[in-house]
Amino acid sequence: MGSKHTTFRDDQLDEYQDCTFFTSKEILRLHGRFRDLAPNIVPMDYTNNPDITLPSSVITAMPELKENPFRHSIVEAFSEDGKGNLSFNDFVDMFSVLSEMAPLDLKIIYAFKIYDFNRDGFLCEKDVEETVHRLTGEELRPEERRLVSQRVMEEADLDGDWKLSLIDFENMISKAPDFIR
Amino acid sequence: MSEGERARLMEEVEEKKKLIANIRNKPWRMKRRLKHLKEAQLFVDKFEGALGKGKGRKLYAYKVMMMKKWIKFQRDFENFKTACIPWERKIKEVESHFGSSVASYFIFLRWMYGMNLVLFSLTFGLVVIPEVLMGLPYGSIPRKTVPREEQDTAMDYSVLTDFNGYCKYSVLFYGYYNNQRTIGFLKFRLPLSYLMVGIGTFGYSLMVVIRTMAKNADVGGGDGEDSEFTFAWKMFTSWDYLIGNAETADNKYASITTSFKESIVDEQENQKDENIHLRRFLRVLANFLITCTLGGSGYLIYFVVKRSQEFANRDDLGWYEKNELEIIMSLLGLVGPMLFETIAELEEYHPRIALKWQLGRIFALFLGNLYTFLLALFDEVNAKLEEEKDIKNASIWFMKEYFANFTANNPNETGTPPPIEPADVIRGPCWETTVGIEFVKLTISDIQVTYLTILIGDFLRALIVRFLNYCWCWDLEAGWPSYGEFDISGNVLGLVFNQGMIWMGSFYAPGLVGINVLRLLTSMYYQCWAVMACNVPHERVFKASKSNNFYMGLLLLILFLSLLPVVYTIMSLPPSFDCGPFSGKERMFDVIIETIELDLPSFLGTLFSYAANPGLIIPAILLMVLAIYYLNSVSEAYKNANNELKKKMQMARDEEKNRRNNKDSTNQVMKDLEDLLPNRSNLPPPEEKKGQIFFVEIFCERSQLVLFLGQGIIKGSQNRGYLHVLVYRAH
Repeated sequence: MGSKHTTFRDDQLDEYQDCTFFTSKEILRLHGRFRDLAPNIVPMDYTNNPDITLPSSVITAMPELKENPFRHSIVEAFSEDGKGNLSFNDFVDMFSVLSEMAPLDLKIIYAFKIYDFNRDGFLCEKDVEETVHRLTGEELRPEERRLVSQRVMEEADLDGDWKLSLIDFENMISKAPDFIR
Repeated sequence: MSEGERARLMEEVEEKKKLIANIRNKPWRMKRRLKHLKEAQLFVDKFEGALGKGKGRKLYAYKVMMMKKWIKFQRDFENFKTACIPWERKIKEVESHFGSSVASYFIFLRWMYGMNLVLFSLTFGLVVIPEVLMGLPYGSIPRKTVPREEQDTAMDYSVLTDFNGYCKYSVLFYGYYNNQRTIGFLKFRLPLSYLMVGIGTFGYSLMVVIRTMAKNADVGGGDGEDSEFTFAWKMFTSWDYLIGNAETADNKYASITTSFKESIVDEQENQKDENIHLRRFLRVLANFLITCTLGGSGYLIYFVVKRSQEFANRDDLGWYEKNELEIIMSLLGLVGPMLFETIAELEEYHPRIALKWQLGRIFALFLGNLYTFLLALFDEVNAKLEEEKDIKNASIWFMKEYFANFTANNPNETGTPPPIEPADVIRGPCWETTVGIEFVKLTISDIQVTYLTILIGDFLRALIVRFLNYCWCWDLEAGWPSYGEFDISGNVLGLVFNQGMIWMGSFYAPGLVGINVLRLLTSMYYQCWAVMACNVPHERVFKASKSNNFYMGLLLLILFLSLLPVVYTIMSLPPSFDCGPFSGKERMFDVIIETIELDLPSFLGTLFSYAANPGLIIPAILLMVLAIYYLNSVSEAYKNANNELKKKMQMARDEEKNRRNNKDSTNQVMKDLEDLLPNRSNLPPPEEKKGQIFFVEIFCERSQLVLFLGQGIIKGSQNRGYLHVLVYRAH
């Protein structure tokens, strides 16, 4: 695992502990995983905050994300440049929000971002259709998918603009019993 | 610096501190967070020192330093605690392969292990260790020695597996403990401690179960049956983000697709008009069959227990006869659920409801079995009590004879206890030890059956399917039998009932909790291995989140049900006269009364006698009943208020949809209002939601008008000459 003193300074670890939901041991383990993705690029020593980013293709190959149909969108939602390149800060941030210790409202905000594929700040019908498409592959016929997305809009849209804003989404999700993950 | 400035500065420092505490909850990018954190920390450090000037400086600085140290300590402790949780990695691996519902079983198992560990340490530390260290050693008094008749067979393996011989006369069972009031130089009161530990076991378990239930109830949220958002929830929440295995992911895709298709079909068609009468008849028939099965199994157990009592008097028993009772009970536990499932095919319920019925029936089966077993056991206990009376008389008569002889021969000496070897003394039948032995045997056979089932049902099956597939006519892996799925509900119920038996038996066999701890430990590793090696992910992957409280509720029920027999025996049955820590007393709880009289100061004794006065207890009970009634009505009121709010929101949404679809208002009240008012202009209903949304309609014959007000965004649309202006003002 490496001793604390060569990877991060103590105050860096404290800062990370304050900014995320992880303990110092978990942060060090995350660094190990980050490094395993590309040992040649990521340095062992992070004491002077090197500015290294890993491309999204590398991140989405991680076993935790490999099977997730939304992995590209997840990585893009957390990256600074919007294209999916994650620095270590973004990496830690992503897992902190996805972890089970993050509160519901924080997860809701990021979930909204993840499902918003065209990044316009709203979940329009195309976004919803895309979600259904990713969840079911080619099993459902196109008209079935359209039916599903229409029903979703009808159920959740409160203000009648045929788009789901963050308020609609929050209202709908916070009542769902299964959303904790 | 002036007072006002100081106050303001302090406020700012407090604010910054709050920001630091909550910074991880803000949806910012990491870099921004780090920057703000650094700024806030610098600010706090700088001005905290400044604020400390003046009179209270030293105290303030000291307080600040203690606060910092405390926070650091807390953080280190949290780190330590997370490091201590066992098996975390193993469970996460299972979770990524099989989804969260299978992993929830293992989390439950780990929780049970923790609880049992605490119970074990209680029992071991306060009852077993003192007796072993400070009590009389083996062989010194009759209750601790194997009787002369049994001594040559005491070490035989078959005798030991029956828990007779040396096992019976060891710390494992109730009969070993001596009834001396205090033992050793510490004056440890063993009988009192035995009773207290017995009661404390139940008390601790109760507390822990209720605390976990309360925590789960918090997270789960109130009503889940609201089908308001079926499609939306299915879409956004059905994916299990913890899945990391391709096969499971495929299964998850398939199950999501199936559930979407089901909902679509439901939407498109009305329910077919089934033959209601046929269905009702079939359901009644199914329930009748199941009741018959339950009754049959209860009778079978009773019959077998009676037979085992007859067997106890014979000596030429094969292995089957000796263990018949346990085998039959375990087999029933295995066969019963399968039978219920096949009968339930008749009923044609929705799968979730069918699952609930299934669990309820399995629960009834196990409960019936357990209680029949107990009743039969009580018969045995009563028989033993009768026997005891005879032996007691016999041994008293023997002592009288001995003393008569003694004084006849040596008229000047007073009698000393007859120098008989402890092994030769006539023994009473120690009914508590017998009960303890029965429970231990039941637990052991339950363990064996479970492990064997996993080995044969899962492992052997997997081997056969894998290796015979090369030379078999049909595809073994895709058709029957294929690989097994992990039966979550069966396993959880097994665990819950096992715990019930432990609770019941641990009063009579203190070693039982230790056996259970070992069992849970090995179970964890064994089942983790079995799941990963032999099972495939479920076809219908369903969520575990709501089921958690269901299993806790079951555990609570079992706890109460296992409390009852133990309390009954403590209160009403007389303890054996020559074995156990309560021998010689009328009732077991006499120990408490004795302690209060002899050990505690006298005023406490009078206090207790006042407290036990019915005149005090009855008003206390009445008060509690009133409190329950009050809390109940308060929660009803809250529920009603909740429903009202929901209705309001629903109305607002419907209004909006109608407006959008150009329909007239469907709400009767609004319709009436419309007719009453001139110019057919709708009055704006003010609606309050999370932010504040005002519907303002302005009657205007022209086209669009786009207004911008403060933070809100207003959309204008033209409709039949009315201008609907929707104003969102989010605060």
